[in-house]
Amino acid sequence: MGVITDNLDLWGETLVGTLILFFAGGLLALILGIIVGAMRVSPIPVARAVGSLYVNTIRNTPLTLVFFAFAFALPPLLGLRLTGPVSLTLAICALGIYTATYVAETIRSGINTVPVGQAEAARALGLTFGQVMSLVVMPQAFRSVIPPMMSVFIALLKNTTVAAGFSVVNLGSIRNYLSERGENQFLVILWVMAIFVALVLLLSWAQRVLENRWKVAR
Amino acid sequence: MSSVLYDVPGPRAIIRNRILGVITVVVVVAVLGFFVWRLVDTGQFTAAKWQAFTYTNVWVQIGLATLRTLGAFVVAAVGALIVGFVLAIGRLSAHRWLRYPVGGIVEVLRAIPVLVFMFLLYYGLPVIGIRMPSYWAVVIALIAYNGSVLAEVIRAGVESLPRGQSEAGYAIGLRKAGVMRLVLLPQAIRAMMPVIIAQLVVTLKDTALGFIITYPELLFYARFLGSQAVLSSPIVPATIVIGAIYIALCLLLSLVANTVEKRLRRSAKTGRVAGATQPVQEITDTQLIAAQKGLGKYDAQGL
Repeated sequence: MGVITDNLDLWGETLVGTLILFFAGGLLALILGIIVGAMRVSPIPVARAVGSLYVNTIRNTPLTLVFFAFAFALPPLLGLRLTGPVSLTLAICALGIYTATYVAETIRSGINTVPVGQAEAARALGLTFGQVMSLVVMPQAFRSVIPPMMSVFIALLKNTTVAAGFSVVNLGSIRNYLSERGENQFLVILWVMAIFVALVLLLSWAQRVLENRWKVAR
Repeated sequence: MSSVLYDVPGPRAIIRNRILGVITVVVVVAVLGFFVWRLVDTGQFTAAKWQAFTYTNVWVQIGLATLRTLGAFVVAAVGALIVGFVLAIGRLSAHRWLRYPVGGIVEVLRAIPVLVFMFLLYYGLPVIGIRMPSYWAVVIALIAYNGSVLAEVIRAGVESLPRGQSEAGYAIGLRKAGVMRLVLLPQAIRAMMPVIIAQLVVTLKDTALGFIITYPELLFYARFLGSQAVLSSPIVPATIVIGAIYIALCLLLSLVANTVEKRLRRSAKTGRVAGATQPVQEITDTQLIAAQKGLGKYDAQGL
């Protein structure tokens, strides 16, 4: 426990860093993912093509490569100076853009779980595409999307550690700072692992609760 | 599926769709144009920035780095498959003393970020006197994580099979091992093949994490190349070239997964694996009724 109690300041700072990456990256991923997911089921061929190109390319790109591009290739292009906030913003963008593809795919497969008859009935009533989606399909898809979406966010939480390789303060990089203070790295990493196991268990518990509350009664 | 969501567009919808399509194109072109402008503006297309890629040695080094990436991937993939099977069989065991600990191990391994596991192997273990090259840190961490994920995939595959499959296995006198090996696993693997290959794509992607613990794979070489002032620090061209190689490798493997999935779906129509198909009726209803009533020519067969 000494490793934690002696360095509470650093543990707090890195935990906050991880949570900022998680929530900001998650928010960006949700917004971008919903847009791309909607593009992929839209009646506009160009939008469908752009959406699937984006999803297929980024899903086949290692997250480390996305981070690499944002941390090393983008700053010289945009003339950015790598200070703390800039690095953090770039890391959030990298996480968001990467996770958005998984969000988009989850939403698309959620829409696919809604029985065809639902959309057909809505159209028979004369609803437009927007109304079919917002009034009939999405409310049902939302429920079946919850469990896989939580899995996406669990993966996002674990992926925040990649930012440690690109000088962004988070739980993955605490090893660096504490080894400078002469702490036992082995113990530090074991504690980081324990924290992540706890956080993931918390999220999977939330997943189960939400799943039970919003289960589709069919 | 998506075609069910909307009607064949009428005149107004056609116009609206065209406008939205144009907006999409404009946005995409604007984003691409912005990057091309920045690339040109910062002189990324000058010959000096790309001269690094005119040397044979650079390409030889890129080839070696690709081999190191693939070397880590192949060993990690094979190891993850083996560990996945072992853990899955352990988790499906009828013995509680085996099932619960293995279940715990799988859950914990799945919850730990791969990078933190690599840190533990590469920076943590030397503290207690175990040293390993970065290659093994990458490979072992990938095996541990992907093995536990594959274990869950295989377990889900086995549990999705109808109960009749294992019951039939026991009925013809197979033991637990025989039922698992001859009846359940072959069907589970077949059903889960696309997911298993998709997980191998994840393994290939995650070898890039080795960059962070200084394993000299593709990204590591891109960073090295990009910091060579003699070659005018071509970090952007290096990212583009190395990124293209990485994406091509992963796309290739994803293509295999898609092909397997399509082939499975096609063959599922002719021969179901799950045994959900009705037994083929070779006898007509009339004959059956006749047989049950003990009438006609079926009397003789002692039905």
